[in-house]
Amino acid sequence: MIMGKNNMKIAVLSGKGGTGKTLVSVNLAAVAKKAIYIDCDVEEPNGHLFFKPDDKKEKEVYVLIPEVNNNLCNGCRKCVDFCRFNALAYIKNKLFVFEEICHSCGGCIMLCPQNALTEREKPIGKIIEGVSEEVYLYTGMLDPGEASGVPIIKELLEKNKSVSDRDIFIDCPPGSACVVMESIKDADYCILVAEPTVFGVHNLNMVYELVTLFKKPFGVILNKCMDERDPAEEFCIENKIKILGKIKFDKTLGKLNSEAQIAVRTNEKYKVIFTSLLETVKKEVRNETASDS
Amino acid sequence: MKQLLILSGKGGTGKTTIASAFIKFSDPEAYADCDVDAPNLHLVTRQGPVSNKKNYYGLERAEIDASKCISCDICRQNCRFDAIFSKETYKVNPFACEGCGVCEAICPANAITSKPAVDGELLLYKKEKSIFSTAQLKMGSGTSGLLVTEVKKQMKEAKSDAEFAIIDGSPGIGCPVIASLSGVDMVLIVAEPSLSGISDMKRIIITAEKFGIKTAVCINKFDINIKNTEKIKAFCKKEKISYMGEIPFDHDAVNAVNKGMTIADIDCAAGKAAKKVYEETEKLLFE
Repeated sequence: MIMGKNNMKIAVLSGKGGTGKTLVSVNLAAVAKKAIYIDCDVEEPNGHLFFKPDDKKEKEVYVLIPEVNNNLCNGCRKCVDFCRFNALAYIKNKLFVFEEICHSCGGCIMLCPQNALTEREKPIGKIIEGVSEEVYLYTGMLDPGEASGVPIIKELLEKNKSVSDRDIFIDCPPGSACVVMESIKDADYCILVAEPTVFGVHNLNMVYELVTLFKKPFGVILNKCMDERDPAEEFCIENKIKILGKIKFDKTLGKLNSEAQIAVRTNEKYKVIFTSLLETVKKEVRNETASDS
Repeated sequence: MKQLLILSGKGGTGKTTIASAFIKFSDPEAYADCDVDAPNLHLVTRQGPVSNKKNYYGLERAEIDASKCISCDICRQNCRFDAIFSKETYKVNPFACEGCGVCEAICPANAITSKPAVDGELLLYKKEKSIFSTAQLKMGSGTSGLLVTEVKKQMKEAKSDAEFAIIDGSPGIGCPVIASLSGVDMVLIVAEPSLSGISDMKRIIITAEKFGIKTAVCINKFDINIKNTEKIKAFCKKEKISYMGEIPFDHDAVNAVNKGMTIADIDCAAGKAAKKVYEETEKLLFE
């Protein structure tokens, strides 16, 4: 394994939503037992619905927003001219801050010649810690109406950076934008979950490019497999992508999942499937890190 | 222009499947795909040829001129996005840089400039009577909200006299969703009868309400879990949210999509149910 640590950090992503990221990451963490599950899908976190954790601890996440002292402001508009995000405006002899579009860069505070601007903390969401059997859970939750969950994701991953004795499973948001990039940044290995539709393939291709760009070792899990031809499988074969396993479309699994039940904790059949998947993933991570050194 | 936006909170509930069916039923003069992160609508709607293709410039990115840099480290210390690193020379990580301009403003050697950067591609398709506006965000970009605004602007400019427009949205509740909400007349939320789907539906309803937009709900794959379907219906009734109907899980829907067709192009149970949902939605939108 990587020097100085004996755990692995696995990010689960998909491009398209609803392909089974949460199903895969929750069940892998559950069969791994002494594991950490981090829900980075902060806009719509669902892992906690499955794990139903005990001993919950909540902590707010803040960003810094400028606050103006209008007694000190002399209307020079230096801050307004500087702000690339148009988060400041000087209207009728008064400076206004539009906090929803502020990126918290701190530039206006730095530039104000009157020291009329200070920063205050604005809550944008929270991190909820909990325990489910032996799994530690960290859930990021963005407040509705807030634009970016990136600061929450950063804090979630920073918190677990020094963990070295537990495998970590990161449930990523859909898509391939900044929030996904942030979620996979420190991962040792990425699992891409695909579904057998042309939508699934199109979005698989995008995350495939993303993990390739960031030079992350990765493999694909084909979910909801049916008897018909599977465009996602064809894509993997064409591009010589490692297929870690296939999960068959199955009404029982769908039902368990819709009721937010952890399949591996309720049904022996799924326990066998996910235990073997976890073994395959571990083997892959070992191979990747061995070939790196 | 009456604009109908289709959202879901949770991904994979069937936004695009339903949006594409609605487009087939109503043949609108304008439609758009605002899921710029993972656009799929173009795969199933038979749009005309590309009439305009252009680069989308999102935020600028800082660039350090190594010949002017005096390695004072001030830029790195003041960057809130950890975008500057020193590896022999000082460099900017373009994926982390948000183009705020702080480094440029404080560099004592004037070694930093902000430069425009391509963050994606905007596409406009034209047919005789209709236009389709879509885009693809570049990977890892942090400007999806801005691009969504561009997609909608392009749609409006290309067909300003359109009476009706259908917009396919993105999952989640963050910046691209918020950007897609501005100026629309109604949001149809495609819910899924799972506990995850219900939790996500509630979060997108709160978000849409914050922006004061009329919201309605329909349920896709309702027969996967009847108990949860009833829960959603009861929730809508209690919260006085208009309920537009339900669509069954249909294996034929997958086959249609894989052949590049909508569920409205083939004779199937999901297509028939979607028609009813469309009629209800149209009634509510134009009432």
